[in-house]
Amino acid sequence: MDRHLVQRLGFALLGVVALIVVIPIVLVIGIILVRGASALSWEFLTAMPREGMTAGGIWPAIVGTLLLTLGTAVVAIPVGVGGAVYLSEYARDTWLTRVVRLAIINLAGVPSVVYGLFGLGLFVLFLQFGTSILAGSLTLAIMTLPIVISAAEEALRAVPTEFRTVSASLGGTRWQGIRHVVLPQAFPGIITGVLLGLLRAAGETAPILFTVAAFYLPYLPRSPFDQTMALPYHLYVISTQVPGMPPEIQYGTALVLLALVLSMNVVATLIRSYYRRKREW
Amino acid sequence: MVGISSIGFVLLIFVFLMREGVPTFLEVPPGNLFGTRWYPTFDLFGTLPLILGSILVTLTAIAIALPLGVATAVFVREVAPSWAREVLKPMIEVLAGIPSVVLGFFGMTILAPLVREVLGVPTGLTAFTGALLLAYMSLPTMISVAEDALDAVPKSYRDAGLAMGATQWQTIWRVVVPAARSGIVTAVMLGVARAIGETMAVMMVTGNAARMPVTLDSLFRPVRTMTATVAAEMGEVAHGSTHYHALFGVGILLFLITFLINLAAASTIFQKRRRGGLR
Repeated sequence: MDRHLVQRLGFALLGVVALIVVIPIVLVIGIILVRGASALSWEFLTAMPREGMTAGGIWPAIVGTLLLTLGTAVVAIPVGVGGAVYLSEYARDTWLTRVVRLAIINLAGVPSVVYGLFGLGLFVLFLQFGTSILAGSLTLAIMTLPIVISAAEEALRAVPTEFRTVSASLGGTRWQGIRHVVLPQAFPGIITGVLLGLLRAAGETAPILFTVAAFYLPYLPRSPFDQTMALPYHLYVISTQVPGMPPEIQYGTALVLLALVLSMNVVATLIRSYYRRKREW
Repeated sequence: MVGISSIGFVLLIFVFLMREGVPTFLEVPPGNLFGTRWYPTFDLFGTLPLILGSILVTLTAIAIALPLGVATAVFVREVAPSWAREVLKPMIEVLAGIPSVVLGFFGMTILAPLVREVLGVPTGLTAFTGALLLAYMSLPTMISVAEDALDAVPKSYRDAGLAMGATQWQTIWRVVVPAARSGIVTAVMLGVARAIGETMAVMMVTGNAARMPVTLDSLFRPVRTMTATVAAEMGEVAHGSTHYHALFGVGILLFLITFLINLAAASTIFQKRRRGGLR
């Protein structure tokens, strides 16, 4: 066969494969969007669940997920960015930093359910936080750390060395250079990484299964030591544990969770592309 | 200072898994622990069906994802016009962002009935359904790592191929992809690690029957993975019981498996860096 014909057939085949990859993604989002939209109402978003969760809203699950995400952010951002600053600005290439890097890569690969076990062992039982928002947030934060650290480190490394030398030549200390020059320049990259990490935390179920999630709790948590409902766990519960669940509520919950996570995704992408165009170096 | 804490976290995770899991190995005789039956109510803690279940689902998922992933990476990096790239890459990022419980829900409500009807099996909640979902869940990782690997192949390789009179198609498959081979292997390893550790989606669509997947039709029957076992049973066991320790034991196993795979993947990346192959 003519090899140019082979090439054209081959390229067409690759295009078809790319379609096979993309079409299910569109289908998943499309179906959940269409079927979930009919469930959405002001009441669904802001009311307590009623009648064994088969009626009413998902307000406590939404609040729970927002609280957990906030708790994760409070822990993961300072620790993660601090770690990244250390790795990119201070650490020399010794065996120790190499082990640290390896540890981060491995931390990123630990299965989410293992984080759940770890959170149960350390925070819930050993430190006696109980099944609580505190324990759940800490578990999610440790899971999020590797994402934040590697994204922030990449952003910091992308800042040209000249920025640091200029700052030093003006008499700034190393820390002043980092604080006033490097960090602001790397900020968009860092914030993108943080958002990507947080959206992962917001959507995860396995780490919160044994550390925070409540099956059915028709009131809002009052302290960090309370349990809470959360969107991903709620979706799991109403789609597998409760018989006779109206499908609209299931699809509605899936849609709210998906919308929350994807909007964070979109914001992260927009920030990245906006600053990439604005960047002067 | 903070950087070092991440080693601390890895160690901590291991220590706490061991603390809760090691008693299993003391309480349950090895013959039972690696036996073929997992019935915790009868004190049978055979982890073999769970391990084989995980392996079956993972390998099938990778067998589906590998051709799709490599072809998509080649398409995006080498062939696609820029508008197609602008559409494809964000779509794949979106896929990476969809929570696994949402995919699991989709798998239960749409995919499983579809599998049941198309294949004519009694239930759609099978190892195959799980593998299909897992394949798509590991695609974003595989595609982006494979793309990086293709990206790292110097342009001169492509030019040399074309200058020899080869078509672009021949150059891609005989020069560029072989040159990116080790990066693609890394992509597969990371995909495997991602797939074997995935919990919610798998738990929701594989039917969770802890039976030995040794017959030929196992792929189209319910199966139970290690992750699903831990997630499904941990909520119901008494803390400190043998069953509780056994679940942590399964956790240790999972941790070690993913740790080894990631270590292997990381070491190939580091080697490349040192030889200057990867950028």
